[in-house]
Amino acid sequence: MVVQTPNGFELDTSGRRIVVDPVTRIEGHMRCEVNVDDAGVIRNAVSTGTMWRGLEVILKGRDPRDAWAFTERICGVCTGTHALTSVRAVEDALGITIPDNANSIRNMMQLNLQIHDHIVHFYHLHALDWVNPINALRADPKATSELQQAVSPSHPMSSPGYFRDVQNRLKQFVESGQLGLFKNGYWDNPAYLLPPEADLMATTHYLEALDLQKEVVKVHTIFGGKNPHPNWLVGGVPCPINVDGVGAVGAINMERLNLVSSIIDRCIEFNRNVYLPDVKAIGGFYRNWLHGGGLSSQACLAYGDIPENANDFSPENLHMPRGAIIDGDLSTVHDVDLRDPEQIQEFVDHSWYTYGAPGRGLHPWDGVTEPQYELGPNAKGSRTNIEEIDEAAKYSWIKAPRWKGHAMEVGPLARYVVGYAKGHEDIKHQLDGFLRDMDLPLDAVFSTLGRTAARALESEYCGRLQKHFFDKLMTNIINGDSSTANIEKWDPSSWPDQTIGVGASEAPRGALGHWIRIKDGRIENYQCVVPTTWNGSPRDSAGNIGAFEAALMNTPMARPDEPVEILRTLHSFDPCLACSTHVMSPEGEELTQVKVR
Amino acid sequence: MSQIETFYDVMRRQGITRRSFMKYCALTAAALGLSPAFVPRIAHAMETKPRTPVIWVHGLECTCCSESFIRSAHPLAKDVVLSMISLDYDDTLMAAAGHAAEAAMRDTIERYKGNYILAVEGNPPLNEDGMFCISGGKPFVEKLRYAARDAKAIISWGACASYGCVQAAKPNPTRATPVHQVITDKPIIKVPGCPPIAEVMTGVITYMLTFDRLPTLDRQGRPAMFYSQRIHDKCYRRPHFDAGQFVEAWDDENARKGYCLYKMGCKGPTTYNACSTVRWNDGVSFPIQSGHGCIGCSEDGFWDQGSFYDRVTDLTQFGVEANADKVGLAAAGVVGAGVAAHAAISALKAAQKKTQSSKEEA
Repeated sequence: MVVQTPNGFELDTSGRRIVVDPVTRIEGHMRCEVNVDDAGVIRNAVSTGTMWRGLEVILKGRDPRDAWAFTERICGVCTGTHALTSVRAVEDALGITIPDNANSIRNMMQLNLQIHDHIVHFYHLHALDWVNPINALRADPKATSELQQAVSPSHPMSSPGYFRDVQNRLKQFVESGQLGLFKNGYWDNPAYLLPPEADLMATTHYLEALDLQKEVVKVHTIFGGKNPHPNWLVGGVPCPINVDGVGAVGAINMERLNLVSSIIDRCIEFNRNVYLPDVKAIGGFYRNWLHGGGLSSQACLAYGDIPENANDFSPENLHMPRGAIIDGDLSTVHDVDLRDPEQIQEFVDHSWYTYGAPGRGLHPWDGVTEPQYELGPNAKGSRTNIEEIDEAAKYSWIKAPRWKGHAMEVGPLARYVVGYAKGHEDIKHQLDGFLRDMDLPLDAVFSTLGRTAARALESEYCGRLQKHFFDKLMTNIINGDSSTANIEKWDPSSWPDQTIGVGASEAPRGALGHWIRIKDGRIENYQCVVPTTWNGSPRDSAGNIGAFEAALMNTPMARPDEPVEILRTLHSFDPCLACSTHVMSPEGEELTQVKVR
Repeated sequence: MSQIETFYDVMRRQGITRRSFMKYCALTAAALGLSPAFVPRIAHAMETKPRTPVIWVHGLECTCCSESFIRSAHPLAKDVVLSMISLDYDDTLMAAAGHAAEAAMRDTIERYKGNYILAVEGNPPLNEDGMFCISGGKPFVEKLRYAARDAKAIISWGACASYGCVQAAKPNPTRATPVHQVITDKPIIKVPGCPPIAEVMTGVITYMLTFDRLPTLDRQGRPAMFYSQRIHDKCYRRPHFDAGQFVEAWDDENARKGYCLYKMGCKGPTTYNACSTVRWNDGVSFPIQSGHGCIGCSEDGFWDQGSFYDRVTDLTQFGVEANADKVGLAAAGVVGAGVAAHAAISALKAAQKKTQSSKEEA
């Protein structure tokens, strides 16, 4: 059967059905099913979120000042971004402004997360879709050294001996017969295109990145006390600054600042010497594999983030762009208003929830979340042993958020498309340079590879921004401002009886929003719409498919039984399922009935 | 299993010298808090043992435990994964997916019956027939039971697997259930925390590999070496607590001087963990050092003990809020008061636990 979706995809379910469950190297639990035609090309795609935790109902009745800690536990991979979004939502609701230093420190922590998350994503979750570590055993270490020096002349770890050592270690690991994480990989699949030397170089950097990432996060440790899950504070940041006085070892002092500064430099170095050159080198070998564009060329959404000046969330003040692109029209970037009940709405016709009546879309402030787990009539298997999903019915624990009715892609590529369309100077410069280096047209960006490249470019940009905010913090301290928290409205007795607020951020995986309603000093309602809810969304009432599903369409598979291409494209979004599938309410209870003007 | 090398073989073949190997053993001993006398024993263990297979499954969780694990500085995560264990299944990091991934798990279970370690991150939800967490089309709890059946021992990583953590906070809508309430016939080591400290995680694994036995556990099933003391007991700000010097408001003068965070709701006095000794991320800091109180994330039910900014209990009656001068005049008395306060807190805590467990059973 062939179905035409309103957002322009032709779904053909007549071919063979392929099931991938669990989808691995992601955060959380996810299932994917596709139909392939006789030529092995994907003609229908179904993405199912397979977990659900219910944090928002747990938040009801709690102290709003605690919400950051609960929501931070939505995700330990993008750790901190939910906490930041939460304190922003509470501050918005209560009219709390934060000091400049807190803005700089929060920005550094958020940018640090972006860099960490992007690096770990590329090397430890995504690389094995492009890189074949077994093939690296065939590499000539000398030729690998030459390749390394050619793609990144400034990277010091490039000698033939270095690569020989890594190769030996890898060899002995493989020969031990215990393949560990590489066990049952698809290592003879023709979808792997790298020569052995590139495989060895990239595998080596897998290990280098593993060592580096534990250093990157120390910025969180210094300002937030630990990572994963650093501490945050409504009204500012919890770490005081004291560069002169008695007891300065109990606060941010010169030693702490020096450590932050050195880590920032290491991030910049790694992005420039390893991450970006690797993406270009690997991308060069896959430059003809430009599948996976999905919604990116037609519908992209970004909320924007990283305010230059504290407390100002207008687009002009944000280093990361805000805006929406629809219908593939890059000449018009629409502004995005998270408060407008007509803009962001969630649909549940194909999700394991019910709104009572079909076809309804609800703004998060009006949201209702009532679970209804049931499989469609054409599903195969049973309720507790799903063999095949029936996507014509309900099929995912993820809701379907839509912006003015459109299914949207969010994330690094969406940010870069929006930024490029808005003429964002840094983004435009980076993207044009990348395309020039790769000798590819702008259209090539709308692909799995483009998503992966945008993430690397963004990591580089975030490295520079992190330094900018460090310098800004230092300047402020030099000028005598060491304030880090505004406690005027810390005491709940200073709060209004009822208030509502919204907080937004750009998480590593894309646009993130938290909506809060506070009553009598307690959380009356809390709603999150997260990046993977957008990207991983199922079909909506109108039949529009979501970004994961769209991106898988029309991709040829070298061997349909080996889901290398499916993983490659899904991973390019960096799926985070714990984030996307946490909404919940007690049976039958309406979470909110808030009217917003 | 004949082709499986010992840990030492692997290290040697990787070009690591005998001398470096012994140095490594010494570092491991130090990391575990053992005397130099243990070094030869560790070396012997590593010379004669194959890499132990580990199956690492994920239930309802946020993956912060995996993220913490890869932050380990000693030993490095890459050395654990390449040279110490054989991480044969881990949905977060493994190359294979779908059927191939499930086959990898089956194969390890078949080949190493009774000889692999099962590491559990997250927990199974029991409501909705377990379908709030689906893996391979089936409830995660089935996968957990299957993987546990032939495991040598189970490690419950983090607050989720050990106690339930955030999804089990009231009203626990999915009935997220800690591992030990589902698997009752296997030795289980709880390594709580949200997440646990990286070096505590690798410390527990290295201990098990080195000594070929479970670490000494306390009554709650936690390794005594990391969880037998309160954060407060070894907190570097403890002298300020004893001297009655407290932060009164965020970013006040006392905060900048690094005074005690007790009045800001610090849960250090009731939290058993190694944060104030091992510290976080290669010893860089820990929550209190960075100015925020401990939120008690390694304690059972820490989400439901009131706000993170509520004081753990009212200690005024014991006089610890006296100013530094008064404390100086009666130092000996204050030490006694401190002990009494701790006893009171412990008693309160025990009472809370009791209430909680009786509710769980109810």
